[in-house]
Amino acid sequence: MNTIMTEKNAAYLNDNAIFPLKSRLNSAPRTAPDTLRGFHTNDWEKCIGCGTCGEICPTDAIRMVERLDLPLVAGAHQQRPVIDYGRCCFCALCVDTCTTESLKMSKEYIYSNTDPDQFLLMPEETWQGRRVEQGYVKTETTDLLDLKRVEMEHLTPKERINSYIEVVRGYSKEVARQEAARCVECGVCTTSCPVQMHIPQYIKSIWEDDIEGALRQVYETNPLPGVCGRVCTHNCEAACAIAVRGEAIAIRWLKRYIIDSAPNDMYELIFNEPVSEVIDAKIAIVGSGPSSLAAAYYLRALGYGVDVFEERPRAGGVMSYGAPQYRLPDDAVNKDIDFIKRIGVNIHTSTRVGTDITLEELEKKYDAVFLGTGFFKARKLNIPGSDNQDVIGAMDFLPIARDFARGLIKLDDINVGKSAVVIGGGDVAFDVARNLIRIQTMKYGQADVKLTSLESFDILPASMEEYTEGMEEGIQFHFGFGPQEIILKNDKVEGLKVYKCTSVYDQDGKFNPQFDPTKGAFLEGEQVYMSIGQAPDLDYIPESLKSVIKIERGKLNTNSLGQVEGADWLFAGGDIKMGPDIITAVADGHRAAQGIDEYLYGKAKKKATSEYYNELRNAIKFNTPDLALKPKKH
Amino acid sequence: MRQMKLFLGPQHPGMHGNASVHLFVDGDIIKRSYLLPGMLHRGFEKAMERKLWVNNISLIPRVCVPEPDINEMAYAQGAEKLLKLEIPERAHWIRMIMLELARISAHLMSYGGLGGPTGHYTLMYHAHADRNSILDIFEKISGARVYHQYIVIGGVRQDLPKGIEKDINAFLDDLESRYIEYRDLGIENPSVIARIKDTIMLPEEVVWELGVTGIGMRSAVGKPYDLRKVMPYARYDQVEFEVPTSTYSDARSRVDIKLKELVQSISIIRQCLKKMPEGPVRVKPSRGQSMRWKVPKGYVYSPVESSRGEFGYYMVSDGGINPYRIGVRGASYPQGLLGIEKYMPGTRIDDCALWVDTMGICSPEIDR
Repeated sequence: MNTIMTEKNAAYLNDNAIFPLKSRLNSAPRTAPDTLRGFHTNDWEKCIGCGTCGEICPTDAIRMVERLDLPLVAGAHQQRPVIDYGRCCFCALCVDTCTTESLKMSKEYIYSNTDPDQFLLMPEETWQGRRVEQGYVKTETTDLLDLKRVEMEHLTPKERINSYIEVVRGYSKEVARQEAARCVECGVCTTSCPVQMHIPQYIKSIWEDDIEGALRQVYETNPLPGVCGRVCTHNCEAACAIAVRGEAIAIRWLKRYIIDSAPNDMYELIFNEPVSEVIDAKIAIVGSGPSSLAAAYYLRALGYGVDVFEERPRAGGVMSYGAPQYRLPDDAVNKDIDFIKRIGVNIHTSTRVGTDITLEELEKKYDAVFLGTGFFKARKLNIPGSDNQDVIGAMDFLPIARDFARGLIKLDDINVGKSAVVIGGGDVAFDVARNLIRIQTMKYGQADVKLTSLESFDILPASMEEYTEGMEEGIQFHFGFGPQEIILKNDKVEGLKVYKCTSVYDQDGKFNPQFDPTKGAFLEGEQVYMSIGQAPDLDYIPESLKSVIKIERGKLNTNSLGQVEGADWLFAGGDIKMGPDIITAVADGHRAAQGIDEYLYGKAKKKATSEYYNELRNAIKFNTPDLALKPKKH
Repeated sequence: MRQMKLFLGPQHPGMHGNASVHLFVDGDIIKRSYLLPGMLHRGFEKAMERKLWVNNISLIPRVCVPEPDINEMAYAQGAEKLLKLEIPERAHWIRMIMLELARISAHLMSYGGLGGPTGHYTLMYHAHADRNSILDIFEKISGARVYHQYIVIGGVRQDLPKGIEKDINAFLDDLESRYIEYRDLGIENPSVIARIKDTIMLPEEVVWELGVTGIGMRSAVGKPYDLRKVMPYARYDQVEFEVPTSTYSDARSRVDIKLKELVQSISIIRQCLKKMPEGPVRVKPSRGQSMRWKVPKGYVYSPVESSRGEFGYYMVSDGGINPYRIGVRGASYPQGLLGIEKYMPGTRIDDCALWVDTMGICSPEIDR
């Protein structure tokens, strides 16, 4: 008897002697062809629970079920698909659209059960506990995703080395919508973002050509989108589901597109006025960097009076004095800051806390104080010759370069030699080197910039795009060398002596560079720039206060909402809390706004509120885990 | 004389699909009859409006179960016209192979269906066994036996598997070698002829009155009106085939044309296998992921020649991710719904199943 039946069928028939045969019935289904669309298998190692299979399912057969036993990492949801085989029509669109290629179809096509619930199955790598042959799998032809990024227009290297015009030109409406159409709205990016931006939602708004909606989504969690749209470290793109097999959605450029295309008067539509009626308290904010401005925005949105104190003539901190003009032009910074000013935040520039006004005075005059002063002091290597005047720290040079780009300093007044060596492998080192290339080209018609770092190319901390763009602009790289001595002649810098670095970290993962003196090199240069990290300037904090709070390696000890331990009226954020980038600083600011609000509520510095206002207050607040999750390695 | 009410179907071996014919009989003569549809999948046209352009492909094959590929073709072709999309050359030829295989399978099913009402089950078994071989081929090509979901917007879903030409040729040779046997089993068999000759007529006036197309029309009018010839789609203008006709449309002549078309389909598939170029088989309708594919504003009528006649989709797009409106012209709609009511009375009860079979009625087309 040629039997096409399941094992269960066969067992049932045998056990109940339905066919009184001498030999027992076997389950022997015929072999299906290679492309059969049979029952699903799902590789849980690869699956990221994005839910795209459930989205496309034409029969609504796929439901995502939470599995909290799975690890919580960025770039994955704690859920897996369950398929209702009472509904499934085996069209395999779920396979074609799977972002990770984890969902496949097997050659198995027979299954029976008397219990209807047994037709709800969570596909695993095996089918009914057995390893089975693969049937229909995704190929390049059947793939329904768009894995290729829409090309972004960049200035050519020739155009950019003697100007400060922004390198990345931005998306047009048509191109932005094309790029937005690639998003599958899975939302795995959101958990990897320190401020948990509503990324799928604003990308969808772009695709629907609803800029106002997109702007509204962006400002829910980030009041500096114009800046973050240009210089964010974009963890979200590393987590992106499309990036598992293709190029991540250009989330950062899309955010920038929203801000570039939102007219100024649209901003008025997205700000909620009424909350400002209810709270009667004032907050002072020291510094006007990303964390300070984020705190200012959300505190103002909660209805507090906010005064920001900035020692320099322009607000923005690292956004106005650190990041180079060709990546983050003043217009973009101003657009964000102008809106923060428009909603009623007072920014007092050229007012240094500690000299123009003391912290004690702020404590007396205001109900709470937020510190967001950042790391603005350059750190220098202690090697022979490093005290020479032509050995310059990154944070001493970058503000000057930025002022030069603004036209506030003349080319002749700027102290840049014909050749230079930059020490460091981070993004800041590349900022210094690329600034130098521009200034040298403008001043001397040619540039000679060498960049050396302890780290070899494969563990370079800087982002790949900095490396490629830097290379295109003509930086000479010497990766994997440790600086030993700055060679001087007649008190003038001749160059830098370096040794090959054999390892940067020791076995415990601690920073402990080892050098090989037999493999050395001499890098010629009239100047040496050091970009090996920055330090805070906490002189403005009076000694009496320093004795009650704890400062470790330049960072203030705070709780998760930024409240400084030992001084409950004091909050901190940004580099002096945790660092290391702008988006984390924005998160700190947003959290601090929440912390300050809770602190002042505790002290009852408020008017009576209605439930309506309470709802609005809570809507502005931030609800997120303390740390952004690290993207899963693909 | 007292009239009696009878039901043919939905569960009756002589009925095609889940529809029912209500018969009011006087003796064994049908005095009044009408079709009672609505027992199968319904509301396709409305359901399509709620689904994405891309995932409609899982719904549309159900509009005609024995020959699902025509739905995919009409839908894909229409959307491509709206998108102004040029699909790869190879895809056209693969589509033709699929469509002709589907035509053979539908004709075989219908010819086998002649065996039931006439008591010649051998014919039915043979025809269904051969149809099974086609389903095996479909399964190898598309991964499914009945609902292939293979012809999609932008081409076909994936390339033909390696060695499939051999399988197809082997099947065609086998079918061709038994063509005479098939005729002998059915329309040359005197006891079958007694049931189908000079009965169940479809005169020319009725063709024009109801709007019958396909074999029904060609058998009555004697004109080779076939969309593959008059409005060639895919690459039908590059293959040679004849359109069999007659001027006397009784049940036998319609079945005869079906069998002659079988031979033509075999020849078309062989030509396709020879002429088919290598290359890609699918292009994407637009950039982005499939759930955000949009089709530009516009409307189009996209007809194909099914085994039963002109089968078309009228599609309207408002530029969104779903079709705005889709209307299906079922090929057997005129004779199935109106013909049964108007022209079945007068025949005998035992002619009813043959009427439905030889007129080529596919009930989901009426229900859609």
